[in-house]
Parts: sequence; C-alpha cells; structure tokens
Amino acid sequence: MATVELRFSALPEHVRTARLVAAAVARRAGVDEAVLDEVRLAVGEACSRAVGLHESHGIAAPVRVVLIEDEKKFSIEVGDGVSGPGGAGGTEAEGAAEADAEGEDEMGLAVISGLVDDVEVTSGEDGGLIRMSWPANPAPVLP
Amino acid sequence: MDLSLSTRTVGDRTVVEVGGEIDVYTAPKLREQLVELVNDGSYHLVVDMERVDFLDSTGLGVLVGGLKRVRAHEGSLRLVCNQERILKIFRITGLTKVFPIHTSVDEAVAATD
Repeated sequence: MATVELRFSALPEHVRTARLVAAAVARRAGVDEAVLDEVRLAVGEACSRAVGLHESHGIAAPVRVVLIEDEKKFSIEVGDGVSGPGGAGGTEAEGAAEADAEGEDEMGLAVISGLVDDVEVTSGEDGGLIRMSWPANPAPVLP
Repeated sequence: MDLSLSTRTVGDRTVVEVGGEIDVYTAPKLREQLVELVNDGSYHLVVDMERVDFLDSTGLGVLVGGLKRVRAHEGSLRLVCNQERILKIFRITGLTKVFPIHTSVDEAVAATD
C-alpha cells in the first residue's frame, strides 16, 4: 500500500507541491539527505512531463503520484493519463506542432535517467507510468 | 518560493539576477524576460544564478532558448553559478559544453572569449 498518494490537477503550479511532498516523505523514509535534491528534481521532472502530456492531449484527469516506503527502498510512481505512444512509454513525435513539447519531454527524461539509477518507464492502456526508487536507511559507508 | 528577476547594466553587458525556483510554473517568466531583453537590443547577457534554489529541465530549455536568441544577433549568454546542486544538472545534460559558466558576475562581465 502506498505510504502517501497525491492527485493533482494537471497545472504547472502544483508541480512544486508534489516536489515538496515527495521530499518530505522521502526524508521520513530514511533516504539519505544528500540524495533528497535528486528525489526533488526527479519527481518534479516526472510531474512536469505528465502535466505537459495532459495539457497537450486535453486530459482533464489529475496526475497521480504514489510514494511508497519499503524496508530498504523508497519508490515514487508518477502516472499520466496518456495511453500508448505519447504517454510515458512513447517518444515518437505525433506531429510538427508537438515537436517542441516532445523535445522538452525528452530533456525531462534525460535528466531523470541521468539522476536515478533505478528507473522504469512504461506505458499501458491506462496511461504511462514512471517508476523510480532510491535506497532508504542505507548502511553507513566507512571510509 | 516564487521566481525573482532583476536586471542591471554593466558596461555592454546586461546582468539578469535570478532568485528562487525555476520550474515548469515559473520558467515562462524567465523566458519573457530574456525575450524582452533581446527585443530591446541587449545581446550580451549574464544570468546570475547564485540565488536560484531549484532548476529543472524547463528552466534549462529557457536558457537554451535565450542562448539561441542572442546568438542570432552574435551576442552571448553567460551563466554565473557556484552551487553544486545546480551545476550537476548542467553536467548531466551536457550543457556545461554549451554555456560558459563563471564563478562570479565580475568574471562573466570581463570575459571576452
């Protein structure tokens, strides 16, 4: 079961809220302080991308963010409502008019994959999903 | 925290001091500011990011857009940043090769290469 689940209207002003909530839950889950900036940035990128996809596809449904605290890891799932190519799994441009939005999507995904070691991007009938996880309560590393 | 923007002229350079968070919500304000400066004939820009708390790919996109605009007028766009958390994003995306990044406004203003 999710530790915290967040749904927000697909508007840019709510992405900051999602970042703050994700960072707060990650901190509680025992994610290393040094990694919290990465969590904040990665969840922001995933949410910005989802908001952009909802806007460009005229989807009224909210963006879903699920924060899951396990014993050894902390996971975040960001789901958009765009099914098939064009959702989280699709990268093909659907037309010249969307080329710019697609470019920004790819930059967001590039940042996520550069930041997060464990990341999975999938797309299904219900929409696209970006799953990311970080170690929580890591054993102290000796010099 | 919202985005704060202020501009000042130093010699032939225009320094844009940015503070707060540059994300999908606030980046359009920065874009407008850069477009306005270029339209008004300021082609040598120094973007001071020392007071930026957060930067995402939307913000990077705006900076790249600004660079494209000033280059169309043979201008320049230099960044000032010493914060590791922000510099990391430029490194991940390979943009350290695209933007000259300086450690102080004085250094950026004096740079001519």
